[in-house]
Amino acid sequence: MSFFEFLKPKKEKKLPESDQDRGILVFEHTSEVIRAESVLKASGWKIRVMGPPPEIQSGCDLVIEFPLIEELNILRTLRKAGISPKKIVPVSSPLLRPVDLFQIKDFGQYLMVRAANMKLTVEKKTLNIVNISGGGCPDVPYLAQEMVGKSLSEAPSPREIGHTLCGYALQLAYEEMTRRCSP
Amino acid sequence: MLAIVGTVPDQKFPLTTGEVSMEDDEICIQGKRAHVNRGTSALLAAAIKTGEVLGQLEVFGYLVGDIGLGDGSRKLYEYLTKDLGRSEFSAITFHYLQPDVDWHNRVLFAIKEMTKQPILIADAGFMYAAKMSGQAAAYDLFTPDAGELAFLADETAPHPFYTRGFLLQDEKRVPDLIKRAYAHKNASRILLVKGEKDHLADQDGIKATIDSPACEAMEAMGGTGDTLTGIVAGLIESGMEISKAAIVAAKANRLAGYYARPTPATQVIEIIRQIPGALEEILQEKVTGKATTK
Repeated sequence: MSFFEFLKPKKEKKLPESDQDRGILVFEHTSEVIRAESVLKASGWKIRVMGPPPEIQSGCDLVIEFPLIEELNILRTLRKAGISPKKIVPVSSPLLRPVDLFQIKDFGQYLMVRAANMKLTVEKKTLNIVNISGGGCPDVPYLAQEMVGKSLSEAPSPREIGHTLCGYALQLAYEEMTRRCSP
Repeated sequence: MLAIVGTVPDQKFPLTTGEVSMEDDEICIQGKRAHVNRGTSALLAAAIKTGEVLGQLEVFGYLVGDIGLGDGSRKLYEYLTKDLGRSEFSAITFHYLQPDVDWHNRVLFAIKEMTKQPILIADAGFMYAAKMSGQAAAYDLFTPDAGELAFLADETAPHPFYTRGFLLQDEKRVPDLIKRAYAHKNASRILLVKGEKDHLADQDGIKATIDSPACEAMEAMGGTGDTLTGIVAGLIESGMEISKAAIVAAKANRLAGYYARPTPATQVIEIIRQIPGALEEILQEKVTGKATTK
């Protein structure tokens, strides 16, 4: 089953800007993060998938940053979907700040967005996807075949055609690249 | 003969076995063709180009279409359980297959029936299955990146989904991860860890590090890890000792990348074209890069 079929974002509810107002949901494994992200986005919450802060020793490679004031509502939404975070941590110090999953490399004519282990590169002038790299999951060659050579707007999103964690990471890169390249 | 087992990202590509050749930018097997830019085809092409330098090198392919759903992989697993036991390969490289522990174990049983045991190399999805099955030590060479190494090193993780470090690759942790992978018998006899620096390791730790030449644009290119695995497979098939083959392959892959003068838009076929020249140069010890051997 695709991890992406629940991802149908509706209108987003605002996330407070201050660090102190944020918390992170820690999960046992990444498929729970992906499901939780889908459920929360579908309910209109503006949440972000990020990397865990160094101080958090347990859990998987991804956490969800959420507005702390809405903790009870968010937990209720997750509980209804049968999802339980392993831990909830308020972002109370810089050491508990979640890590950005994205790294950006500007090659001049080309822009590369890396999300976790997957990298997507476009030509700035045409917005054509020129390369996809990273990951050893079985759908990576297919994702590259379907997306490389097409423009960001024409290419299918990894959410539509991917099936694995690498496909999910590529979706994050694709969304970030689209955001950066939007007028 | 070297066998290479993997998938083509085309659902209509039928299960096909036979000798593989390369024509223009495609690999050819039993009259069917696949572009070399993607996945196992890139690995096959790199092995074939390696063979051009080494003289006679026959490459036998087991290929099937699979876009990540696993249907093609399962057909291929089943075929392998029936076919491998009576085959006579000196080395087998397993690549992009949907990880499936049960099928993996059946394939390993089939290999045990072979008259002479081949050298076993695994990468990508099949390497995950080898670790998940607890049979990693049955393999001679794995070629993980830093994230995949984190999965091998996590003795409690049944799947990459449960592993801290699979997505957030951190090359600084490589030495510790190597130790941990061997401590829990989740590594092959030799490891070639691919990344910004390539590391050769065994149960005693890192034996060599290859970090030049380095081309920044190669980070954006898909398939450069596949070509490295293809070159090392070809060298091993030629009779070269595994550790030496891994070092030569890492240098040659980097040099081929350097000679391709890549931009972030360069496709891996451009590197594959440079493999014969780069490999010849490395084999004659005229390489511009260096290996730090402990």
